[in-house]
Amino acid sequence: MKPAPFDYLAPQSVAETLQLLARHGAEGKVLAGGQSLMPMLNFRLAQPEAVIDINNVAELSYITREQGELRIGALTRHAELERSPIVAAHWPLLTEALRWLAHPPIRNRGTVGGSVAHADPAAELPVALTALDARFIAESHRGGRVLDPGEMFAGPLQSGLEPDELLVEIRVPAVPSPSGCAFVEHARRHGDFALGGVAVVLVRDGDRCREGGARIVLLGAGPGPRRVPEAEALLAAGPVDEESARAAGEAAGRAAEPPSDPHADAGHRRRLAVALTRRAVLQAWERA
Amino acid sequence: MDPVSVSIEINGAVFEREIEPRMLLSDFIRHEARLTGTHVGCEHGVCGACTVQLEGAPVRACLLLAVQAHGRALRTVEGLAGEDGTLHPLQRAFHETHALQCGFCTPGFLMAIEPMLDRVGELDDARLRELIGGNLCRCTGYDSIVSAVRLAHARLPQAGEMGPPTPPAAEPDETPTPVATRPRWRRPVPAAVGLIALVAGAAAGLRRR
Repeated sequence: MKPAPFDYLAPQSVAETLQLLARHGAEGKVLAGGQSLMPMLNFRLAQPEAVIDINNVAELSYITREQGELRIGALTRHAELERSPIVAAHWPLLTEALRWLAHPPIRNRGTVGGSVAHADPAAELPVALTALDARFIAESHRGGRVLDPGEMFAGPLQSGLEPDELLVEIRVPAVPSPSGCAFVEHARRHGDFALGGVAVVLVRDGDRCREGGARIVLLGAGPGPRRVPEAEALLAAGPVDEESARAAGEAAGRAAEPPSDPHADAGHRRRLAVALTRRAVLQAWERA
Repeated sequence: MDPVSVSIEINGAVFEREIEPRMLLSDFIRHEARLTGTHVGCEHGVCGACTVQLEGAPVRACLLLAVQAHGRALRTVEGLAGEDGTLHPLQRAFHETHALQCGFCTPGFLMAIEPMLDRVGELDDARLRELIGGNLCRCTGYDSIVSAVRLAHARLPQAGEMGPPTPPAAEPDETPTPVATRPRWRRPVPAAVGLIALVAGAAAGLRRR
């Protein structure tokens, strides 16, 4: 239950971090908030030669809105995002998702970038960021590139980052108005990893949903955040009511590929996807 | 893997040690600073027993490396009571409502709850349980812990008795959120002075939560 020995490196800037990543590559591991990596080190599931602690890289911690777009520095803590008035006003889906994320002492320390780069299919932020069609800015000594959610959340605990790349920023586009969103999940205890969950964004056009204006993304229903185009299509350009919400839920249940484990079997989780999607669609519409 | 020199302030006292970078903060607190009030349960962030305050914010000591606390100020359960042993109002409330049986989880609960004590009045029991859900207790069933939090909150000085007026809430702005402005916590001596600082700190919006 103690980490194996490692070299501890604490760069002060992004430039210095990228040099260290170039040198250590796959043998180095970036330590951000540590709320996932530290347990893995303690269990010795991860035994990197070098731990590159980016907590002193102050330039990676910010929340700004530029030309309607949200920019989140990778080292921003969950608690900072949770109480950001900018985020609450323009991207309430994120604020709502964060309430489900573990517990206050974890949110005080955990970072947005860490949660994204960890790519846990049961994590809230990757699901919410996929529903918001976020972009992820990675940098390395070779240059920078932009990843979309599909590229970023490549598989269970597998991000799309190369070993020498550092996630530096998350960009979230403006959500068209008027619109409503909802994040709903079910866990045996609040703050535990959820057995199922869903993020929904609906853009309103009069009394119907705008064509292409629905995004539905499931949590814990596949190797990564699982978008459900079939359910989105059922809502797009139609009225959102009990009937179409139920149909969207059924479509989400069919698309879900949840795991079976001692906490719940796949069938139960699939029914959860159905019920939670229906509930979230109605809630999002009510808020639109 | 070479030893590193660290200097960590805990409850106002500075501890300077040569340690291995892999040493957990929880082990530094217990084995180097010899402050054994901080308990270690699961050692992977689930049980909350090792919760301490880093620059005023509750964090898991088992999920931090001691080297990460270099140059920073910690507060552990030993820092709650006054110099003369007077219990913190939250500790007193735990005592009075039997919010502990074996006591193993208690330091973690105290350190997690204390910074948000002034806010719990507006929360219903479900939301309060949600907020303290990061700490496990295997004895009490939590009811008496919720009672203790309610009691301690009820005993907080009312607004108006606490000195300087509340500054207006900051306007939402779009400037980068500073991260380096955590309040530095000091042992409340006497307890009443600490409470004033606690409430004033909350009013200034400096606390993370």
